[in-house]
Amino acid sequence: MVDPGFLHFDTLELHAGQRPDVEFGARAVPIYQTTSYVFGDVERAAGLFNLERQGHIYSRISNPTVAVLEERIAALEGGVGAVATASGQASLVLAITTLMGQGAHIVSSASIYGGSRNLFTHTLPRLAGITTTFVDPRDPEAFAAAITDDTRLVFGETLGNPGLEVMDVPEIATVAHDRGIPLMIDNTFATPYLFRPFDRGADLVMHSATKFLGGHGVAIGGVLVDGGTFDWAASGRFPTMTEPYESYHGLRFVEEFGTQAFLMRARVEGLRDLGATMAPQTAFYLLQGVETLTVRMQRHVDNTRAVVAFLVDAPEVAWVSYPELADHPDHDLAKRLLPKGAGAILSFGIRGGRDAGRRFIERLRIFSHLANVGDARSLVIHPASTTHATMSAAELEAVGIGEDLIRLSIGLEDPRDLVADLRQALRASQRG
Amino acid sequence: MDLTVADKAVNVGTGGRDHTGGVPVVLLHGAGMDRTVWQFQARALASHGYDVYAVDLPGHGASAGPPPADIEGYADWLVGFIDAAGIDRAVLVGHSMGSLIALDVAARHPDRVLALVLLGVAAEMPVHPDLLAAASADDHRAFELVASWSHAKAAHAGHHPTPGLWMMGSSLRLLERSAPGVLHNDLAACDRFGDAAERAAAITVPTLLLLGEHDLMTRPAAARPLAEAIARSRVQVVPGTGHMLMVEAPDAVIDAIVAFVDPVTGGSGAA
Repeated sequence: MVDPGFLHFDTLELHAGQRPDVEFGARAVPIYQTTSYVFGDVERAAGLFNLERQGHIYSRISNPTVAVLEERIAALEGGVGAVATASGQASLVLAITTLMGQGAHIVSSASIYGGSRNLFTHTLPRLAGITTTFVDPRDPEAFAAAITDDTRLVFGETLGNPGLEVMDVPEIATVAHDRGIPLMIDNTFATPYLFRPFDRGADLVMHSATKFLGGHGVAIGGVLVDGGTFDWAASGRFPTMTEPYESYHGLRFVEEFGTQAFLMRARVEGLRDLGATMAPQTAFYLLQGVETLTVRMQRHVDNTRAVVAFLVDAPEVAWVSYPELADHPDHDLAKRLLPKGAGAILSFGIRGGRDAGRRFIERLRIFSHLANVGDARSLVIHPASTTHATMSAAELEAVGIGEDLIRLSIGLEDPRDLVADLRQALRASQRG
Repeated sequence: MDLTVADKAVNVGTGGRDHTGGVPVVLLHGAGMDRTVWQFQARALASHGYDVYAVDLPGHGASAGPPPADIEGYADWLVGFIDAAGIDRAVLVGHSMGSLIALDVAARHPDRVLALVLLGVAAEMPVHPDLLAAASADDHRAFELVASWSHAKAAHAGHHPTPGLWMMGSSLRLLERSAPGVLHNDLAACDRFGDAAERAAAITVPTLLLLGEHDLMTRPAAARPLAEAIARSRVQVVPGTGHMLMVEAPDAVIDAIVAFVDPVTGGSGAA
């Protein structure tokens, strides 16, 4: 059998979405720092506005530098296209506003980023009466039971936050599809290097590109990728995809754009009306990271394995949670879905509770105490007092966050220095 | 709009506008695909005043099946479609398998055709045996081979003029949506059609052969016998494109179609 001869993943990281600039031959992606674009003749302008000609109108809706990032992430994820946004949070909002309206319902994994949970719990009900049922990410039947006639989205993270539950994407995709609902995965922790949700049945993917995709902790951004897999017309639950849209002279997105219906609507309505646009400078920064995604992610994983091996044997550590460990509840699932590695985030419990945790964090020299993950530098946080601080003790318990839980995001430093830093801080933590 | 041909539902796109009595233009997609490959051309031609009929061929997209087993069967169906739509004579724009269908109708029913635009066309369309075998087995590799070979090598890295659109993924997804057996049916029909140049000699209407410079499936040189056989033919090569030229370079294809068809039909509004 002949080989199709597609470009491979590592090559796409460097080349997808870009050809050398025709004017000057610039090899790197140029930053098109412009708000708007000259139309040429009037007919072309009308054609652009009528979605029959291709190109850029205004940088709130699209920009050539941002478009390279969008195409590149779509290529790496294996989707039909992508829309970049001002942040990962904006990607989630964009997906929801594109899919649903007043009174709709979402079924979400309970183990998700605190910011996403706030949006679901407080802001969406207030703005649009959109409610969310949270379910155990390890229980596909709970997803099935939570889906109602109003449900328009099933949502979860490849690796839960901060419990690192591995989402059984194939199983939950089947649950969602059997009920005519798309599955959207936040793939921030895995990146397409470790996991491609579309290959396993997901329909939409979002990233906080701020994290591993950018990889250097210098820019906030998000990417929403359309897998082009979901049959909106057959589902019958998505009038934004199938019914005439008066804002575009009665345009029916599925009829006109087929597999790209979601992608087109997200851009021409969502970015146009909501305006959570990525700046070209940001796209440039993020592209620098994406170019080295493979080599960075492999190093992130290698370093994480070294740190996990140390922590497992450290006497000051009560428990370690990382899906590659045999005692992790999702160990087998991780081996199946994440064979290249289960990411670079891990959590552990420190002996001595809250006080020991505080001393530990304050004594770290290389690890930085801050609210982020996926930086080239190693990071540490105590979720109960920061990212998940707005949750009650009962809510914390429900999502598996104890007060002793410390989350690490492992960077690209020499693993010997990371282990040495952890060792001295752990020892200090026990000297109350 | 929905029409019925031989008691089967046909799904038709009109480019987002109601028909206004303009010159009818029928857009015919290729093997295993559907009418959305014409998404930009359909909208542009409609806003240019043409009455656009972007059809899902039988058994493709949202049109009822089964697909006809050979090109002649598709051509007979197309004549039935033109009847059902109440069209006297139409401009036929076909891509790949669609170009053979258009060519066969123009050769056998010249009174129903105003002009032909044939994209990604060749006098013969033999299909690689590995591709036929994979398609016959409904092996996903068949979709991959078609998606890969249908785009110029440069397109494999993308840089599509539509912001954020990943063309390779999009083509693959479109093929994956085809019903089991449809791609093989179509490829086998193209493979069996034989020498189109002989039939093309009967074509009397103005014909544009619109070819992709780097087309691997239907190389530009393979269209030469058609250009020689069709009395009123013109050849135009779209630089940098492969077999999916209407997807790879939508604007250039819109411009080429309009520039060719406008003078032939006396302008889009004058049906």
